[in-house]
Amino acid sequence: MNLPTILRPRPMKYRSRQALYGYLFVLLWIIGFIVFTLVPLAETFRYSFSDVTVVATGVDVQFAQWKNYTRALLTDPTFVELILEYVIETLVSVPIILIFSMIIAMLLNLRFRFRGLFRTIFFLPVVITSGPVIRELVAQGATSAPQVARSEVVMEFLTRLPPYLRNPSEYLLTSFILILWFSGVQILIYLSSLQKIDPSVYEAAAIDGASAWEAFWKLTLPSLSTTNMVVAIYTIITLSHFSENKVVKYIYSQTYAVQGGIGYASAMSFLFFVALLLLLAIVYLFLKSRTDKA
Amino acid sequence: MKRIEPMNRIALLGGHLALAAQKLAQQKDAIRGFFLGTRTTYGLVFTIILYLLLLAIGFVYLYPLLFMLITSFKSPADLLNPMVQWVPSEIYWGNYVKAFRVLDYPSTLMSSILVSVVPSLLQTIVCSLVGYGLARYEFRGKRLLFVLLLATFVIPPQTTVIPQMLAYRDLGLLGNVLSLILPALFGQGFRSAIFVLIFYQTFLSLPKALEEAARLDGASDLMVFLRIAVPTAIPSYIVSVIFSVVWYWNETYLTVVFLEGSVQTLPMQLSKFVQAYQNLYPPGTINIFDRLNEAVKLSGTFLNILPLLIMYFILQKWFVESVEKTGITGE
Repeated sequence: MNLPTILRPRPMKYRSRQALYGYLFVLLWIIGFIVFTLVPLAETFRYSFSDVTVVATGVDVQFAQWKNYTRALLTDPTFVELILEYVIETLVSVPIILIFSMIIAMLLNLRFRFRGLFRTIFFLPVVITSGPVIRELVAQGATSAPQVARSEVVMEFLTRLPPYLRNPSEYLLTSFILILWFSGVQILIYLSSLQKIDPSVYEAAAIDGASAWEAFWKLTLPSLSTTNMVVAIYTIITLSHFSENKVVKYIYSQTYAVQGGIGYASAMSFLFFVALLLLLAIVYLFLKSRTDKA
Repeated sequence: MKRIEPMNRIALLGGHLALAAQKLAQQKDAIRGFFLGTRTTYGLVFTIILYLLLLAIGFVYLYPLLFMLITSFKSPADLLNPMVQWVPSEIYWGNYVKAFRVLDYPSTLMSSILVSVVPSLLQTIVCSLVGYGLARYEFRGKRLLFVLLLATFVIPPQTTVIPQMLAYRDLGLLGNVLSLILPALFGQGFRSAIFVLIFYQTFLSLPKALEEAARLDGASDLMVFLRIAVPTAIPSYIVSVIFSVVWYWNETYLTVVFLEGSVQTLPMQLSKFVQAYQNLYPPGTINIFDRLNEAVKLSGTFLNILPLLIMYFILQKWFVESVEKTGITGE
C-alpha cells in the first residue's frame, strides 16, 4: 500500500539520478585529475620537445624537435646507464621481495605465540623508510648483509664476474636489508590473502594424502596468483617512485642545470616513464604466463 | 573358582599383549607428537625451528636500526676504539645534543607535522567521497575513471611536477604549504589512488540495506553518506589517515621541489645535515672531538624517525591490521 507513495516523488529517472549523484561524488577528483595530472602531463610532454628557459614573467618555450630525446639516449652517457641499472636492479629486487614477503606471510600465518610482535617487527620499516633516512643508513653501511659483503672471498668472487653479473650481485649484497625493508605492505597483503583460503581445502588435500609441500605448490601458490600480480605492481611502483632512486635523483639534478634544464629533464621523465611501463609489462606478462600454465 | 581352558588362557595373554602394545604405541605417538607434531599441533622441533627462523630474520631486519641506535650512543673515543663494537663504554648523549641543534628540532618537527597531517586529513576526506561514488553509483565512464585512477598511481611524479612548480611560482605559492594541500584537496595527493581504492573496497563491502532504508525515510544522498556510510567506515578512515601521514612525512621529492627554501621538514633538514652541521660548528674552530662523525649523523637519523616510531608503537594495531580492517586485498 505504501508502494505508490515511494514511487511517486521521482520525477527524474532513477538511472540518470544515480549518474548525477555519482558524478557529484567524483567531481572533485575529476577536476583535480585535469588540473594536477592531465594538464601538467601534457605540458611536460610539450617541454620535452622544447628548449625551456625560465624568465621573470613565466617560461620561454622554443620548439626543439627531438633534441632532448636524442641527447638523453645518444649523447648523455649517464642517463642510459642509470636507466639500465634501474631496470636491472628492479628486476632483481622484485622477485626477492615477492618471495621474501610470501615466506614471511606464511610463517606469520602459522599459529604460535608472539605472532603480533613479529608482525610489528616486519612492518616497522614501512613507517620509517624515507629517502634521507635510507641515505644515511646506506652511507654508514648499516644496510648490507652483515659480514657477508665485506668478506674477502666475496670480494674476490665479485671481481671475477662479468660486469653485467657483477653490478646486480654487488647491489644485492650491499642493499640486501634495504630490499627486504620494502616488503612491509606486501607481507600484509599476502597474509590477508592466505587467511582467505578455506582451511577445509587443505584438510581435504591432507586426507587425499598430499604432503605440505605438495599442498603449497598445488593449492597455496595458485590461489595467490592475483595477489602476486598486485604485490609485484605495487613493489615496482614503490621502488620507482622512491626519492632515492638513481634515475629520479638524476632527473631532479638536471632540472636545475644550466644546460638543458627543464626541457631535458622533461624528456628524461618521459623516457623513465616508458621504462617503468616496460618493466610493468614484463612482470605482468611473466606472472600471467605462469598463472595460465598452472 | 573358574577353570580357565588353556586355549582361553592363551587368548587372554594375547589380549593383554595386544593391549600393552597398543599402550606403548600410544605413548610413542604422544612422544613423537610432542617433538614432531600431530595433525593439530606443531610439535617441539617444528616450533623451535620456527622461532629460530623468525628470530634470525627479525634480527637481520632490525639490524640497521640496532646499528643506528648503538652507534648514536657512542662517544668519539668509542668510535675510534676498535674494541667497542656492540656495547658502548658509556651512554653518551652528546651526539643527540648536537643533532638536536643541527636539525633545529622543534621548528622542523612542527613543520613536518603540519606538512604531513593537513594534506593527509584532506586527502582522506576527498578519497572517501570518490570511493563512495564509485562503489555506490552507476554512471557512464566509471571504467575509464578506474583506469585513470590507476594511471595516477603509475605515472611518475617527475612527469607532472615541473609545470606544477612553475604554476605555483607564478601564483606565488612556491614555498607555501598550500602547494601540497591543493592537490590533496582534489584527490591528487601523494598515493591518493590507493586511498580511493581502500574506500571503494570498504563501501562495496558494507551492506546496502541500511542506506536504502534511510533513503526511503527521505534522507538525501549526502545525508546517507555522512550519517550512515561514514560512521560504519571509521576503521578505513583511521587507517587512511595514519598511512597518509606516514607517507607524507617520509615523502621528500615533492616537498623539496615545492617547499625548499621556506619550509624545512625533518627529512629535508636531515638531507642537508652535513652542511647544517658545518654552519653551526665551523670546521677548524672546534676541537677534534666535536667534528662531525657518524654517531652524530645517526643520532640525527634517529631523531628523524623517533616521532614515527612513537606513533607506530601507539597505533601499531591499526598498521598491522590495516589490510583486514579495510578489506583491501587487491581483488
